Amino acid sequence: MSGRTARDVAVVSFAQSPMIRRAEDANEVELVMPVVSAALATAGLTIRDIGFTCSGSTDYLMGVPFSFVGALDAVGAWPPIEESHVEMDGAWALYEAWVRLQLGDIDTALVYCFGKSSPSASLPELLSLQLDPYVMAPLWPDAVSIAALQARAGLDAGAYTEADMAAVAARSRRDALANPNAQVRGDVSAEELLAEPYLVAPLRRHDCPPITDGSAAVVLATGDAARRLTERPAWIRGIDHRIDTHSLGARDLARSPSTMAAAAGAGVFGDGAADDGAQSIDVAELHAPFTHQQLILRSALRLGTDVTVNPSGGALAANALMVAGLVRIGEAARRIWSGEAKRALAHATSGPCLQQNLVCVMEGE
Amino acid sequence: MANACAVVGVGQTRHAAKRDDVSIAGLVREAAERALADAGMDWKDIDAVVIGKAPDFFEGVMMPELYLAPALGAVGKPMIRVHTAGSVGGSTALVAANLVRGGVHSRVLTVAFEKQSDSDAMWALSSPQPFSPPLLAGAGGYFAPLIRAYMRRANAPSHIGMLVAVKDRQNALLNPYAHLHLAGINLEMVESSPMLWDPIRYLETCPSSDGACAMVLADAPTARAVAGSDAASGRSPAWIHGAAMRSEPTMFSGRDQVDPRASRDCVADVYRQAGITDPIREIDCAEVYVPFSWFEPMWLESLGFSADGEGWKLTEAGDTKLGGRIPWNMSGGVLSSNPIGASGMLRFGEAAMQIRGAAGEHQVDGTRCALGHAYGGGSQFFSMWILRDTEP
Repeated sequence: MSGRTARDVAVVSFAQSPMIRRAEDANEVELVMPVVSAALATAGLTIRDIGFTCSGSTDYLMGVPFSFVGALDAVGAWPPIEESHVEMDGAWALYEAWVRLQLGDIDTALVYCFGKSSPSASLPELLSLQLDPYVMAPLWPDAVSIAALQARAGLDAGAYTEADMAAVAARSRRDALANPNAQVRGDVSAEELLAEPYLVAPLRRHDCPPITDGSAAVVLATGDAARRLTERPAWIRGIDHRIDTHSLGARDLARSPSTMAAAAGAGVFGDGAADDGAQSIDVAELHAPFTHQQLILRSALRLGTDVTVNPSGGALAANALMVAGLVRIGEAARRIWSGEAKRALAHATSGPCLQQNLVCVMEGE
Repeated sequence: MANACAVVGVGQTRHAAKRDDVSIAGLVREAAERALADAGMDWKDIDAVVIGKAPDFFEGVMMPELYLAPALGAVGKPMIRVHTAGSVGGSTALVAANLVRGGVHSRVLTVAFEKQSDSDAMWALSSPQPFSPPLLAGAGGYFAPLIRAYMRRANAPSHIGMLVAVKDRQNALLNPYAHLHLAGINLEMVESSPMLWDPIRYLETCPSSDGACAMVLADAPTARAVAGSDAASGRSPAWIHGAAMRSEPTMFSGRDQVDPRASRDCVADVYRQAGITDPIREIDCAEVYVPFSWFEPMWLESLGFSADGEGWKLTEAGDTKLGGRIPWNMSGGVLSSNPIGASGMLRFGEAAMQIRGAAGEHQVDGTRCALGHAYGGGSQFFSMWILRDTEP
């Protein structure tokens, strides 16, 4: 069974912190508590009303073993709660909560995540510890250089140009002007950006995400509970995720088969011909930390030119690790609540060069 | 109403202080291939993979599931990485079970591992953090005061912990996968071992192990088919009759750290689901997370196998031995093998092996109902399941 024929679950509230370069001395609790409190308050709930709680984070960012244990204090887990944690982006915590809601005995779930990258002396180098520990990590290839290899693969394949990449960055910064939580925003043309020097060829600084500290929380509810909690629930019509192989040399980096498979599983393409593009998607929030990745994802998802992509500015405007994926789901849900979108797609990614991808399709009533 | 789910395959590695004969990928494959063989399945039969382990600092690999995806046949499939402290092996199994119980997948491979020889677990747990209480040189330093509080509260004689240490190591001699095989283990050996964190002696503490555990979980049609298939081991599916997780904060004024409410709530939930009212009579054997000897009497009480203050009496009377009234930790338990991230799943897996009659020399004959248990953090994260040989 795919996520398409399941018990109805909706995103009923969402909160995110301001996304900033340094949260200074804020600890896990101070990062998480404001967004959890806000998400619960918006839904008119307290932690005692929540059936299941799931969080996402990774120890390596803050350099703390069990950093999620401290974060639990932000929730007020007393009396004890049913709770779990993924060492992944909060989007996968949301997936685990969605699965838990399928069991039918509870109606609500709280999802939260946090990422504080600022303590790291070099985040791109730290991320090389995600690579195969025997044959790749010892070479310390940093995350920006690896993304550059991927960007080059797409350029060589003729999938896009450096000007296309700069256009993505310019649009992201312009869209982010309307996003009060964004970190990188501004009105600058693609031509101006293209005049900048390379950071790691073919990537310029604008092709790369900022380093961000932040947090986010979502409340999920089923059926009638969702209708009680909000006027216009963002119903999850399909959600699925897939992973590609790890070895960069074994992948066609210019394509994203795991995104295509997850999108098919989430019902993005409809039940019709396999050649159909994405079906009547109004808005797509794509977790593409690098400009060329947005282009690869657009192609994998077969999004038409009529689809509004990343109205929030996306991960180029703010990229709190372990958070930016859940923020995409929250931002897409927001467009449904506001009536701007009838059907929205959210995407999250994990690992080097879009190795793992999650796709979530939401609709209004 | 959740769908039925059963364990149809269990596999584990040989556990050892240092498995330098395998990579991390080799370690997890060793367990996963055995679980698949037990289920009569191949990698292609699996719909999704759920993997768990304790802090990534233990191997120095950030989110190692990314690198392990091809080794676990997960390419093109959904893969989830769970981390809930020491309970992670148990909660990973529960997350995997929910994929089946929620009707999302039919066959899920779940794996948990730790390769602790890649680092020093004690110090990986003890990095100083601002505004946080120090762990005082590993988990033993954290738990020793709780044990002393239990001894005072229950008025327990001081040799009880040593009885557990001997009993679990004797059981481990019957388990070919166990890390510690201490031939001739006896009370004198335990008593003469160095005191590490009073009252925890060296031989009353768990080892640091490399190892992995894996299970194949299946929905009812698959489980029935596997049970009748020639390709599989032909053993009975171990059906889930109860599954629960609970968490509470590490510390606050008035928190009972010896007998945490999260433990009481979790076990009450799992017994309610399974319809158990008198655990010592209705459960045939239990595999419970006992990383320091004294946690056996502590959990005997918290899990309702005895009245408050009387858990140590069951241990003292030999009731928890193999052949006793309620065997606990037939495999040798965490005291005999402790790849931390996998330790919880080994408990859950041993419960399944007992139901399936697959436990070899440490089999409790006629097991029809078994408890698997894991806990973690500062005795604050709990996961448990109840398995039976009958379909719910």
